[in-house]
Amino acid sequence: MSTFTTPTGFQMDNSGKRVVVDPVTRIEGHMRCEVNVDDDNIIRNAVSTGTMWRGLEVILKGRDPRDAWAFVQRICGVCTGTHALTSVRCVEDALGIQIPENANSIRNIMQLTLQVHDHLVHFYHLHALDWVNPVNALKADPKATSELQQMVAPNHPKSSPGYFRDIQNRLKKFVESGQLGPFKNGYWTNPAYLLPPEADLMAVTHYLEALDFQKEIMKIRTIFGGKDPHPNWMVGGVPCAINMNDDMAAGAPLNMVTLNQISSIIDQTRDFVKNVYIPDILAVGQFYKGWLYGGGLSGINVLAYGDIPDRANDYSPGNLMMPHGAIINGNLKEVHPVDLRNPDEIQEFVPHSWYQYPDEARGLHPWDGITEPKYELGPNTKGTRTNIQEIDEGAKYSWIKAPRWNGHAMEVGPLARYVVGYANGHEYITEQINFVLKTLDVPVSALFSTLGRTAARALEADWAGDQMRYFMDKLMANIKAGDISTANTDNWNPATWPQSVKGVGFSEAPRGALGHWIQIKDTKIDNYQCIVPTTWNGSPRDSQGGIGAFEASLMNTKVERKEEPVEILRTLHSFDPCLACSTHVMGEDGKELATVKVR
Amino acid sequence: MIETFYDVMRRQGISRRSFVKFCSLTASALGLGPAVVPQIVHAMETKPRIPVLWLHGLECTCCSESFIRSAHPLAKDVVLSMISLDYDDTLMAAAGHQAEAIIEETIEKYDGNYILAVEGNPPLNEDGMFCIIGGKPFTEQLLHAAEHCKAIISWGSCASWGCVQAARPNPTQATPIHKVPGIPAKPIIKVPGCPPIAEVMTAVITYMLTFEQIPALDRQGRPKMFYSQRVHDKCYRRPHFDAGQFVESFDDEGARRGYCLYKMGCKGPTTYNACSTIRWNGGLSFPIQAGHPCIGCSEDGFWDKGSFYQHTTDTHQFGVEANADKVGLAAAGIVGGAIAAHAAVSALKSARKQGGDNQ
Repeated sequence: MSTFTTPTGFQMDNSGKRVVVDPVTRIEGHMRCEVNVDDDNIIRNAVSTGTMWRGLEVILKGRDPRDAWAFVQRICGVCTGTHALTSVRCVEDALGIQIPENANSIRNIMQLTLQVHDHLVHFYHLHALDWVNPVNALKADPKATSELQQMVAPNHPKSSPGYFRDIQNRLKKFVESGQLGPFKNGYWTNPAYLLPPEADLMAVTHYLEALDFQKEIMKIRTIFGGKDPHPNWMVGGVPCAINMNDDMAAGAPLNMVTLNQISSIIDQTRDFVKNVYIPDILAVGQFYKGWLYGGGLSGINVLAYGDIPDRANDYSPGNLMMPHGAIINGNLKEVHPVDLRNPDEIQEFVPHSWYQYPDEARGLHPWDGITEPKYELGPNTKGTRTNIQEIDEGAKYSWIKAPRWNGHAMEVGPLARYVVGYANGHEYITEQINFVLKTLDVPVSALFSTLGRTAARALEADWAGDQMRYFMDKLMANIKAGDISTANTDNWNPATWPQSVKGVGFSEAPRGALGHWIQIKDTKIDNYQCIVPTTWNGSPRDSQGGIGAFEASLMNTKVERKEEPVEILRTLHSFDPCLACSTHVMGEDGKELATVKVR
Repeated sequence: MIETFYDVMRRQGISRRSFVKFCSLTASALGLGPAVVPQIVHAMETKPRIPVLWLHGLECTCCSESFIRSAHPLAKDVVLSMISLDYDDTLMAAAGHQAEAIIEETIEKYDGNYILAVEGNPPLNEDGMFCIIGGKPFTEQLLHAAEHCKAIISWGSCASWGCVQAARPNPTQATPIHKVPGIPAKPIIKVPGCPPIAEVMTAVITYMLTFEQIPALDRQGRPKMFYSQRVHDKCYRRPHFDAGQFVESFDDEGARRGYCLYKMGCKGPTTYNACSTIRWNGGLSFPIQAGHPCIGCSEDGFWDKGSFYQHTTDTHQFGVEANADKVGLAAAGIVGGAIAAHAAVSALKSARKQGGDNQ
């Protein structure tokens, strides 16, 4: 048994019953979570383990920096494109390449499209089943559901009693078939589900509507990038040339037809978010506003790099439309600037990660990062090396490293961005937050919760939809002004590059702050490092006893039934964990890996 | 094999009376007496949707993301009406041991009769602990589920070839499904691509359900219907290749006119996939149409074949056709037949002769 207090004030106690959740499902990638629950069913210790590792950065060593975006894009197919964007920014930073205004607008539209898509799919298809009980929806009165729908979203066309009756019948038939598919073995009798049957039916209906609709959103990226998931990008701009009024415009990537298609999808997307997603969040919020667990680090330490440059090539906070800054110790009155180049600010530690450093008391800035995998379990592990029953968090216990900002564990993501934006007086964000707090009749402190995280994501999708329109209009205005340039190829030829350079690129991925660091030597990648959102949120402990955002968020939560992890899933999902992102991280010296024994 | 036939017919507005009549007609068509009608009725009413276990190894989930973008059929209809997606850690409600129990239950109930879909691949280094599921190596879950399945679908380039984590130096020894030591001798359908096209994924499933057989495969185990032709063969920019009109630099005049991207490194001439025919996201576009060269993401080892922007030969414009044909001939040896389209009229017939075209 061990007890201690973390630097952020959490009292950890692992004496209660140990509950293991592995795999944590409805996330990207693989993770495990263990908690200790006391006699009153309160979580008193939480341990989150990243359970996969791919080693992408060592694979990048020696490759052409212009190819890097394609490799790192495969870090994640859910937040597809965000790594590619960050990568081309990082190479452009290293080589001093300026991109055209049109390329900036197109990249922003692609990134904002991802924000909306990712948030929407996350809420309906990965997260909703933590709040919504599809089996309970069978008890709903379709007429009452129709009234509820018309009340919460009068502009949504699909709201007749017959429509809901059809969906309910289809659901009924599905359940009666005895083959429950993805709903099998769910926790449908758990009292943690609080929605009335009509709200459940409405939400299940939107689960299906959103599944149909989400594919439309990504068509924007198929036009700009050729396919989705994993559209195409390029260093120096975007590959989709514009031809409005010259010979063979019909065969060009961007012409009047394809731009019209994009414009139309933007409108549909904004409608869907405003008429379906936002009302659903408010409805869920109304019934769950008494369940305000899960705040974790969100009211203490949050971090955002900022993104969506209004004008091309200016990555200073004043030109970024998404919030930038760090808040520590819950002091919302002071937002600190963040410098990704400063070797003392962002560092990664490994005392509890399956890697080794020569001196594990020290952290390393990504430009100087070392990674050498070292899989070993602590002495208090229950089970064996290849059959872990209970993990020993006193030792190394995760494939995720522990990044720290000035020594602090930080939460990143939509809620972190919204807290920073709120603290900074970001007009749009402040208005949105005040609207939600007023509608739900809850105090500002309610923001720092699982529900707050889920709501911030929806609000951000709404914001992102509006900015898609802004950049589409900006793109058209710029074309009208006579500028059809989409790429700067002055430095395309590696012969023009300096012998040795380094650069950094950053973005706000749907899940939070994302940074890539590169060193280029003799036209090849010498070192490539990523610190991704889930590395921050899913971070294991550090040598000061600091815990990451996942672990902090589970602390002191009451669970209804120890054997059914509804509350654990609900809170972990509110971060939208992406484990393939977090655990690929690989150090500068690939040679050491070659000694890994091959079986 | 789909949602029971009765359900499908009911969904299409056919009454129970007509359904029974249909069963009687079926019985007489099969030369069976009226006594067997109830049996047919029963079979059609109760035939279950085929269970699918969709496992995830080392991957990025782009295959699942692609799958849900399918326009025809909608992913919703595949999941609700065609298959029974009993295990898919990306979508399933259950977690932890409740999730793992489903695999055992499916094996017990449908031994030899479920489809195993695999996204990603297992790492063999570090005793497999670079990818842990339920405290154990993913390899164990994979082999266990494979042992009892009817057939395996290897989704995407990870499961089919290894993909990005298997690119040099493959630090985890990520291994494609058909090469995993101990993998049982089950039919394996490879659906490569990073990711595969959504409609290709759902078409593979619906083909199997509708015709109750696995699609015809080429020698590499890919469905011939989608992988027997190169992207180059039906590319809408192909006439510019034949005419010697190339993009020389991104955003140049040729790029704005939709000229051929061969010189920008396009791997269309060596890539077997349906991108230029089926296209992406409901037939909307494909990489070349959006101005970027094909990177060959459905080919084995595509990460390790040099830069994506380095074209396949250094030969200047007029030699291009001959060399591309050589590439085509070598590749055509694998599949055969597909070369006919490629040997069609070209502006550079004399060059072709040097390439040894006699197909």
